[in-house]
Amino acid sequence: MADDRDHDHDHDHANPLHNHPPLQPDDESPPGRHEVMTEAMRELLVEKGVLSADDIRAALENIDSWAPSKGAQIVARAWTDDAFRKRLLADGNAALAEFGIDSGGAKVTVVENTDRVHNVIVCTLCSCYPRAVLGLPPDWYRSKNYRRRVVVEPRAVLEEFGLRVPDDRAVRVHDSLADLRYLVLPRRPEGTDGWTEEQLAGIVTRDCMVGVAEPRPE
Amino acid sequence: MTGSFTPGDRVRVIRAHPPGHRRTPYYIRGKEGVIERICGAFPNPEELAYGFDGRPAKTLYRVRFRQKDVWPDYAGAEIDTVDVDIYEHWLNPA
Repeated sequence: MADDRDHDHDHDHANPLHNHPPLQPDDESPPGRHEVMTEAMRELLVEKGVLSADDIRAALENIDSWAPSKGAQIVARAWTDDAFRKRLLADGNAALAEFGIDSGGAKVTVVENTDRVHNVIVCTLCSCYPRAVLGLPPDWYRSKNYRRRVVVEPRAVLEEFGLRVPDDRAVRVHDSLADLRYLVLPRRPEGTDGWTEEQLAGIVTRDCMVGVAEPRPE
Repeated sequence: MTGSFTPGDRVRVIRAHPPGHRRTPYYIRGKEGVIERICGAFPNPEELAYGFDGRPAKTLYRVRFRQKDVWPDYAGAEIDTVDVDIYEHWLNPA
């Protein structure tokens, strides 16, 4: 792709033969106060030998490796192993540790969707999110629009995500504010009898575990 | 006044507006709900935010509120709720 920089031809990004990442211009704007402080702190830590540049790189690489697929594996296990499901609901951190996941200091609290209750997660104060199992939160989760509205009019917000919850099913919003991190355990959909854990994990998306969608068998 | 609550107890969130880093959102202050569970004791984040050690640890509760009690003009179903994590020093018996 070395000489491909000026390609201004029309092309379809869905074309698998043309699979460069979407182009995003470099941010050339002057750094903000917090960026300057962060950079100064990083330089000092490296200069004083507290951390190496490679430590910082490796930590960022580790954060980037967190992905919703871990959460999906946990949900699939809960669907197929009722004893695990009970352990997961009773003590999220201990159940995650069975998957080798360290949840850090936060208390992981798993809330189960049923035919009577639909759960949805928000952090109205900032962007608390179960990063150890879902990775970094999507932009909409951190947006003021979502954070402000989902506590006030959750059913309207869910409809915008394409999820209609019938009135006889309670919508339970969880405002994750301090030391808890919530994960929604969705309902296992009809039509998945006999599926393997791997197949099941394949339909459990990030949004299902935040509670703005429900898994559907493909 | 703070108390030791058990699940099912009715509580009211203190309506106060102290300055500083607070983990109790404005919309829930003054509202009445029910203790859903005791989450355990955690170093007080309102102290941690300023470099103190957050000791003694505070009991954290999950409190369930009826949406109709939180928002008088709530448009959703009667059975809808919002669960909020609240530290003991923000709660009084209702």
